[in-house]
Amino acid sequence: MKTLRRLFHRLLSWTTAAQDEAVLQAEIEQHIAMQTADNLRSGLSPEEARRQALLKFGNVEAMKESFRDQKGLPAMETLVTDIRLALRRLRRAPAFTAAVILTLALGIGANTAIFGVIDSILLRPLPYPHAEELVGVWQSAPGIPALPPNLACSPSMYFTYREENRTFQQVGLWQSDGASVTGIAEPELPRALIVTYGVLDALGVPPLLGRWFSQADDTPGAPETLILTYGYWQRRFAGDQTIVGRSLTVNGKPHIVIGVMPEDFQFQHDPELILPRMLERDKLYLGEFSHNGIARLKPGVTLEQANADQARMLGIWLNAWPVPPGLDISLFRNARLSPKIQPLSQEIVGDIGATLWVIMGTLSLVLLIVCANVANLLLVRAEGRHQELAIRAALGAGWGRIAREMLVESVTLGILGGVFGLALAYLALRILVAGGPATLPRLGEIAIDPTVFAFALGISLFSGLLFGVIPILKYAGPRIATSLRGIGRTFSQDRARHRARNTLVVIQTALAVVLLIGSGLMIRTFQYLRNVQAGFSHPEEVQILHSIIPESVVGQPERVMRLHHEILNRLATLPGVTSVGFADSAPLETFLGGSNVLYAEDKTFSSPPLARMRKIAPGFFKTMGTSLIAGRDLTWTDLYNGRSVAMVSENLAREWWGSPAAALGKRIRENPKDPWREIVGVVADVYDKGVNAPPPKFAYWPAFMNQYAWTGGRPVVVRTGMYAIRSNRTATESLLTEAREVIWSVNGRQPVFLETTLKDLYDQSMARTSFTLVLLAIAGGMSLVLGIVGIYGVIAYTVAQRTREIGIRTALGEQPERIAKLFVRHGLFLAGIGTVLGLGAAAALTRLMTSLLFGVTTLDPMTYVTVSTLLIFAAALASYLPSRRATAIDPVEALRAE
Amino acid sequence: MKDTDIRQGTLALMVLKTLELLGPLHGYAIARRIEQISGDLLTVNQGTLYPVLLKLMQEGSIKAEWGASENNRKARFYSLTRQGRKQLQAEARSWEQTASIMERFFAVKAQDLK
Repeated sequence: MKTLRRLFHRLLSWTTAAQDEAVLQAEIEQHIAMQTADNLRSGLSPEEARRQALLKFGNVEAMKESFRDQKGLPAMETLVTDIRLALRRLRRAPAFTAAVILTLALGIGANTAIFGVIDSILLRPLPYPHAEELVGVWQSAPGIPALPPNLACSPSMYFTYREENRTFQQVGLWQSDGASVTGIAEPELPRALIVTYGVLDALGVPPLLGRWFSQADDTPGAPETLILTYGYWQRRFAGDQTIVGRSLTVNGKPHIVIGVMPEDFQFQHDPELILPRMLERDKLYLGEFSHNGIARLKPGVTLEQANADQARMLGIWLNAWPVPPGLDISLFRNARLSPKIQPLSQEIVGDIGATLWVIMGTLSLVLLIVCANVANLLLVRAEGRHQELAIRAALGAGWGRIAREMLVESVTLGILGGVFGLALAYLALRILVAGGPATLPRLGEIAIDPTVFAFALGISLFSGLLFGVIPILKYAGPRIATSLRGIGRTFSQDRARHRARNTLVVIQTALAVVLLIGSGLMIRTFQYLRNVQAGFSHPEEVQILHSIIPESVVGQPERVMRLHHEILNRLATLPGVTSVGFADSAPLETFLGGSNVLYAEDKTFSSPPLARMRKIAPGFFKTMGTSLIAGRDLTWTDLYNGRSVAMVSENLAREWWGSPAAALGKRIRENPKDPWREIVGVVADVYDKGVNAPPPKFAYWPAFMNQYAWTGGRPVVVRTGMYAIRSNRTATESLLTEAREVIWSVNGRQPVFLETTLKDLYDQSMARTSFTLVLLAIAGGMSLVLGIVGIYGVIAYTVAQRTREIGIRTALGEQPERIAKLFVRHGLFLAGIGTVLGLGAAAALTRLMTSLLFGVTTLDPMTYVTVSTLLIFAAALASYLPSRRATAIDPVEALRAE
Repeated sequence: MKDTDIRQGTLALMVLKTLELLGPLHGYAIARRIEQISGDLLTVNQGTLYPVLLKLMQEGSIKAEWGASENNRKARFYSLTRQGRKQLQAEARSWEQTASIMERFFAVKAQDLK
C-alpha cells in the first residue's frame, strides 16, 4: 500500500519535476541562510559563517541527485536520456544515419504497403453488417467434368431456395449487366446490378434515400423501378435530393427511381444502377445456370448445415421444374448437381491470396536483408567505439547499461525508419488504389488503418531489436572488460572478430539468391506468356466498341442485323481502317458469353461435351487476325439467307474429327431443337480465358440466325455486341469520335460503351502476372543491391583493418596483386557459400509460387544458373573494387599510421 | 541492506519523533533539533535530511505548507499527518523491540551460554 502510494506520487511528480526542483532550491537556500544567520550570531565573520553553513549542509549536488532519484520514474528518465543521447550520436553521423533510415524505410515501407493490401483484401471483413453470415450460393456438377467447378444458379432455383430453405434468413439471385439509359444526355450504358428480391435484404446495407426493392417490385407486371448508387446519383443528378419518385428511361422503358444507396455501399463489378430481375415463374425451366446466388445464413448456422440444406433442396428442385425444351431430364440427373455454399468473401477475394502471400513473404525476406545490412553497419560503428566501450566497462559501467544504450540507439533507428516507411507505404497505397490492376478485388477499400499502423510499429521495433542485438552480443556482452587487451596497436586483427560480419554477408547473399530466383521465375513466366500465339495478331491495332440495339428501339431481328451491317460498312470507310468485324464479345472478354453443350450429328458422347460459343459476323476473324485453317469465313449471304452454317476452332476439329479439313461438312448444333448447322470453316485456337489457361474449344455461330431454340424457335440476332476496327489510328481520340459519330448517324439511340483495345484486354489478362513480376523484380533488385553493398562493405572494412598487415607484407616484398587476390577470394568465398545456401532455400521456397508460374517449373535450371552466375559475378566485382585499395597502400604510411 | 538505508531509516524515525514532540517545523529547525539530540549523526550532512523528507511526504506520513519562520523568512513547515502518527507508533514499537533484542544479545557473555 505504501509502495503503491509512493509510485503514484512518483508518477505525479514526474510531471512537475521542474517546479519541484525550484521548490527544493528555495528550501536549500533558506536552510543555508538560517544556518548562516545562526553562525553570525555565534560570532563568525560573514564569509566564514556562510562557508561553515555550506560545509555543514554537505554536497548539494549529491543531495539533489538522491532527491531526484526518489522523484519520478528513474527508468523512464534514463530512457529519455538514452534516446536523447542516441539522437545526438546519430546526428553526428549523418551519412550513416541517412543510409540506415533510407534502407529501413524501403524495407518497412514495402512490407507495410503489402500488409495494407493483405489487411484490406484478406483480413478485414466485407463491408456489410455481420458479413460472416453472407454466403455465395453455387452448385457443382461432378457428373459433367467440363462444367466449371462453381456452377451458377438457374432462375428456377431462386424459387426453390426461397421457399424450401431452412437455413437462410434471406436469399436472392443477381447478375451484372449493362443497362442503356437514354433521354438525359448522350445515350449511355452504365454498369447495372440486376437483383431479385432478397439480395439487398441479405446484404443489409440500408439505402440513403428511399427504399429497397420489395417482393412486389420484382413481380412481372409491376411498375418498373430502379435504385441508384451514390456515384451515379452524384454524377448524373448532382446529388439531387428529390430524385426519388422521378422517372428514368432504362432499356427503352420508363423506370421509377425508388432509392439511392449510400456512398459506402460496394458490390462486385462496381454497379451504378440496381434493377429488379423479374422472373416469370411459369416460364422457368431447370436449366440456364446464369445467375449468381447470395444468401444470409440464420445466426449460428454452419456452412456444413447450409450445404446439407442445399443438397436437400436440389433434390426437390430437380423434380419441381420442367426440363428446357429439347433437353432430356437424364442430362440433369447425370450432372449429379451438388451443393456448394461458400463464404461470400471467398467468392470476392478469389485466388489473389496466394499471390499476395508470396509477395509478402518476398518482402519480409527483403526486410531481413535490410536488417542484416544495418547490423553490419552497426558492427562497424560498434567496432569504432570498441575502445571507448571497453574503457567505460573498466571504469565500472555495467554491461547491461552499455547494452541498453546501444539497443536504444538501434530501436530509435528502427522507429525512425518505420516513420519514413509508413509515409512511403501511404504513398505506395495511394498509387496502387489510383492505378492498380482492376483484377485486384476490394481495391477501393485499401487504406492504412490502425491494424496496418500497429503492424508498421511492430516490424519497426522488431527490426530495431533484431539488428541491435547482433553488435551487442559481439561488443557489449558480459565479457566486455576483457576486450581491453585486444586494442593495443601491436595486435593485428584476428579472424574471430570478423565472424559475425561474414555470417551476415552469407545470409544476405543467400536471401538475395532466393529473391532473384523468385523474380527470375516470374520473368521466365512472362516470357512464356508473351510467346504464346494467342490466336490474334497485333492486338494494339484493334479498337473495340461495345454497343446495344434494344428491342424497344428496333424490334425486328433482321433489321437489327442490317443496322449493324450498315454501321460496319461505314466504319470500314474511315481513314486508316483496314478491316472491321462484329461479334457478341471480343476475345479475352471472359465475363461475357459462356459455354454450352455442343452436339455433333455423327457423334454421341457419354458426358455432354461443352464448347464456348461466340456469334460472329463476316470479317470478325480477319479483323482479329485469327487465321483460317480450313474452309472459308461466313458471308453476309449466309446470314441473310438463313443458311445453317457454323465455324469451329482447330482444337475442336482435331479432337472430334482428327484434322481441320475433316471437320468441314460435318454438322453441329447447341440444342436438339435447332437445325443442324454445317461447319464451313475452321479457325486457329483463341486463348479466350487468358494466355495462361489452355485455349477453349469454340463453336462460332452466325450473328443472325433464322431459327433458334433458346428463343423458342424464333429468329435471333446479337443486340449487345462489339464492333472491332483494325486501324493504325487505334486508341486515338479522333478514331473514337469518328466511330461514335458513324454509329449515331446510323442509329441515334444506340449507346456506345466499354471502349477498349484488344491490347488492353490482353494486358488485363496478364495483369496479375505483371503485377507480381514488377513487385518481385523490385524486391529482387533491392536484395541484389543490398547484397553487393554488404560484400563491398565487408571487404572494404577488412582491407582497412588489415592495412598494417598489408604494409608489412608489401615491405617484405609480396606482390600487391597477390594481396588483392586474397581479398577477392575472401569475398567470393562468402558469396559462394551464400549462393549454395540460397539455391537450396530457393528450391524449397519457390514451391510456394507454383500457382503463379506458367511454362517453367520451380526448378528451372536456366533461372538457377543465370542467378548464380549473376551473383558470383556481382560479388567478384564488389570485392575487387575495395581490394584494389590494398594494392595502393604505401608500406611506410601503413606502418606509421597507427 | 546497505549502510545508507539503515541510516535513512533511523533518520526518518527521528524526523517523525521530532515532529510529534514539537509540532510543525521547517527543515532547518528539524536538522537543528536532531543535531542537538543525536550529537554526531547529522553534523556532516544536513542536506541528507531533504531526500528523507521527500520520501516521508510521498508515503503520506508528513505534509508540507509554506509559512513564515520566527524571523519572518518564508519557509516550508512540515507537520505530522494522522497516518504519520500511526506509522511512528508502529515503528517506535518495532524499534524498541529490535533495540531490546540487540541489547540482550550484546549483554550475553560467553560464560552465560555454557
